[in-house]
Amino acid sequence: MTAFFYRRPALRLSLLLSAPLLWLGLAYLGALAALFVTAFWHTDAFTGQVVTEWSLDNFATLFTDAVYRTITFRTLGIAVLVTLIDAVIAVPMAFAMAKLASPRAQRILVIAVMTPLWASYLVKAYAWRSMLSGNGVLSWLLNPFGIEGPGYGVTATIITLSYLWLPYMILPVYAGLDRLPDSLVDASGDLGARSLRTFRSVILPLTFPAIVAGSIFTFSLSLGDYIAVKIVGGTSQMLGNVVYDNIGAANNLPFAATVATVPVVIMLVYLAAVRRTGALDNL
Amino acid sequence: MRLSRTARVTLWAALGLGLAVIYFPLLVVLLNSFNADPTFGWPPSSFTLEWWSRSVTNSGALHALSTSVQAGLAATAIALVLGTMAAFALQRYRFFGRNPVSLLIILPIALPGIVTGIALNNAFRTILGIDLGLLTAIIAHATFCIVVVFNNVVARLRRMGGNLEEASMDLGASGPTTFWLVTFPMLRSALLAGGLLAFALSFDEIIVTTFTLGTGMETLPIWILDNLFRPNQAPVVNVVAAVLIVASTVPVYLAQRLSGDTASGGRL
Amino acid sequence: MKNRKTRLAGLLGVSLLVAACGTSGSNSAPPPGAQGFTPPKLQALQTLGQPEGQLNVLAWPGYAENGSNDPKVNWVTPFETQTGCKVNVKPFGTSDEAVTLMKTGQYDVVSASGDASLRLVASGDAEPVNTALVPNYADVYPFLKDKSWNSVGGVAYGIPHGWGANLLTWRTDKVTPAPTSWSVMFDANSPYKGKVVAYDSPIYIADAALYLQTHQPDLGIKNPYALDDKQFTAAVNLLKQQRPLVAEYWSDYLKESQALKSGDAVVGTAWQVTVNLTKGEGSPLESSVPSEGATGWSDTWMVAAKSAHKTCAYKWLDYIISPKVNAQVAEYFGEAPGNSKACAEMTDKSLCDTYHANDSAYASKIAYWTTPIPQCLDGRTDVQCKDYGAWTKAWTEIKG
Repeated sequence: MTAFFYRRPALRLSLLLSAPLLWLGLAYLGALAALFVTAFWHTDAFTGQVVTEWSLDNFATLFTDAVYRTITFRTLGIAVLVTLIDAVIAVPMAFAMAKLASPRAQRILVIAVMTPLWASYLVKAYAWRSMLSGNGVLSWLLNPFGIEGPGYGVTATIITLSYLWLPYMILPVYAGLDRLPDSLVDASGDLGARSLRTFRSVILPLTFPAIVAGSIFTFSLSLGDYIAVKIVGGTSQMLGNVVYDNIGAANNLPFAATVATVPVVIMLVYLAAVRRTGALDNL
Repeated sequence: MRLSRTARVTLWAALGLGLAVIYFPLLVVLLNSFNADPTFGWPPSSFTLEWWSRSVTNSGALHALSTSVQAGLAATAIALVLGTMAAFALQRYRFFGRNPVSLLIILPIALPGIVTGIALNNAFRTILGIDLGLLTAIIAHATFCIVVVFNNVVARLRRMGGNLEEASMDLGASGPTTFWLVTFPMLRSALLAGGLLAFALSFDEIIVTTFTLGTGMETLPIWILDNLFRPNQAPVVNVVAAVLIVASTVPVYLAQRLSGDTASGGRL
Repeated sequence: MKNRKTRLAGLLGVSLLVAACGTSGSNSAPPPGAQGFTPPKLQALQTLGQPEGQLNVLAWPGYAENGSNDPKVNWVTPFETQTGCKVNVKPFGTSDEAVTLMKTGQYDVVSASGDASLRLVASGDAEPVNTALVPNYADVYPFLKDKSWNSVGGVAYGIPHGWGANLLTWRTDKVTPAPTSWSVMFDANSPYKGKVVAYDSPIYIADAALYLQTHQPDLGIKNPYALDDKQFTAAVNLLKQQRPLVAEYWSDYLKESQALKSGDAVVGTAWQVTVNLTKGEGSPLESSVPSEGATGWSDTWMVAAKSAHKTCAYKWLDYIISPKVNAQVAEYFGEAPGNSKACAEMTDKSLCDTYHANDSAYASKIAYWTTPIPQCLDGRTDVQCKDYGAWTKAWTEIKG
């Protein structure tokens, strides 16, 4: 039988691919398609039942009502800022971990960075809620200097999200820097570059794919998040909230699906753009 | 590696500061689990062990923990099988549609959780007409855990090459024997690392779970969400979180050791 | 008590179609029933069988306490012991959540406010209730029976539970003098800017309309749920003007309680149960119904059409409005009980007066939550009013 399969690589391939493809392709993609089909229908506001009349009304509302544009830009802005903040914090940290620490220390440091991922997203967001509160830690630290804490709102959301996704940025960048040969850095120094120039011209371009790999997560996670903003965001809304409210409170699946197309399209465009940088191999 | 002194100092300082910022809120949580004030006013005026003693007997938390573990194990098992199959397919063969397939594998984790959640919820409830339960949540979790295993196995396969397997078959071993005696031992640590990461992902997942878990059932994150604001339960949540943080160092350490030679950075 | 004959037409096809493909034959423009729709033909239960051993309750927080919040507050366990029906309680924060959760078909009874009850009737998620099977129904206050939110065409769809107002609440140590008007929450120059909490549901637009009813009488608002274009725009603008004052919109009463406790919010709209809870934890809070009046709710226990545990459901209905239990709920939550005999069972006898339990005139003045529909609820036929879909869309805009 082994010989039978050996002579038919195509058969082996199709057998291997069948199960995952059925699961992901048929089931998952099918579910996504079914969801986005409802975007063309609408709900009877009184009974809450989906009415299968085809129309582009939902999309018209999405594009014409200014509030959805505002929310989209706000969400995009938050996602971009979070990604930038995490990148700025993660790169020096990852560099120190990869290049300056001894191998044993590296292992401990990686564990130290990964452990908070187990601390439950909710608890961490809640911890920030209590820290940002009027009588929380941050106020306690800043008030003696006469500075008021940011309170709840978009700033708090950005801080919290940056905090939550930081490990997801550190780890791929660390892996990327780990693969970077020391000799390149030394060579750059030999050629007369100072540290900053080496960093700018040698290290950064080589670790760029890794940074982009990390950004896929910070970006995607921020784009779709609705829980953290409910906890520390005060009155602000993000795209995830609009989708969530339309699914739950408003019971308007068609419109929720319509709004959901926005982050999906953004992510697909982002993934396509990112594929060329080779970041997908760095995940 | 040669770096200027200022560069070294700055980098170490950045690392230290970063770790401090990462751990500070966790320490606040730990401290609050001993805080006698149920509203967690800061600074804590007095300390108590009462929340800890209450947590041990808290049936809701223990129940949720067992549900989370069950879901995690099942999802990881499925992800291991499907992820490995997909990894072999994509790494060992060239075929038309290779790139779209690899994109498809990443999609469940790249798309926002709420989209995956409502899509699966809609599929289960309205299209297939089945009730939500633990199985539906497991299916959902497995879907986005596949990519975790996939990446680890692909990375390992890349380094392995096919020579050993060919040699084994040249020596007369059948396909299954080769897999069991040659391929699998080499893959084992990658599978373990991938499995651990998949379990961690499933364990902490809240958004997709909200939409796919049956009513009345709770995984640990859902239990935490339900009890976060309840005055009598919120302190218990802090205790649970503190325990999770401390207990999680073990699997994290294991995952690190096992995947020491693969490029297992990031969420995957 | 009026005996009601129910029709035996029982076609559950509507519900099945909905479940099967998530689609439905759409309701065309509703024929002119009093509430503007014709409910699907469902029959009420005729006789009780054996208790099924399980009951899934969808309830407002505080209505079905089983000791998980406060071990001393528990009227669910005695019910379980009496009937053998094991109870799972799921609380919800807004009527919209309740309607959505009922659609999953996994709950047997729901405590529906007026802005949920008719939607449940119209969609076929709730079936008529055979009041003959609920002995305690006889003692329910007459002014709560056969109202427009719990009956359609003379057919009862639920058992009245209790009613109350959405109160103005404030921190007595941070808000002085004690406010007597909603303007402390709506006035652009309110001194409590950034520390106000408001309810996170489109139905809150009615609160703004109620405010305008007094403060902008030339708009001619008679019923805060019957708003034509001009009135609706005014209410929405008021809420947009309010937004900078708001610290948080709450749908979880515990989240609001925490905000009030920590001082991140000092004034807002709340339920009595939130005030009781927060005061019990040591915060100095007071509440009142301001001069403009208040919106409120009159809640009805309804039976799910798709319920698999209808005997347990009816036993619950009878239990929850029995005098002693109704009194317990009313006292814990802070509302006027639906059972006329409950007042005698309250531990604090003055509460019935505080909540005006026996005062039907007072009861009629509260603007109970109702679902807005295009046919104006105040009787106007010359204009179309905004329906709930428009309210929901506007709510997203208001939050911004």
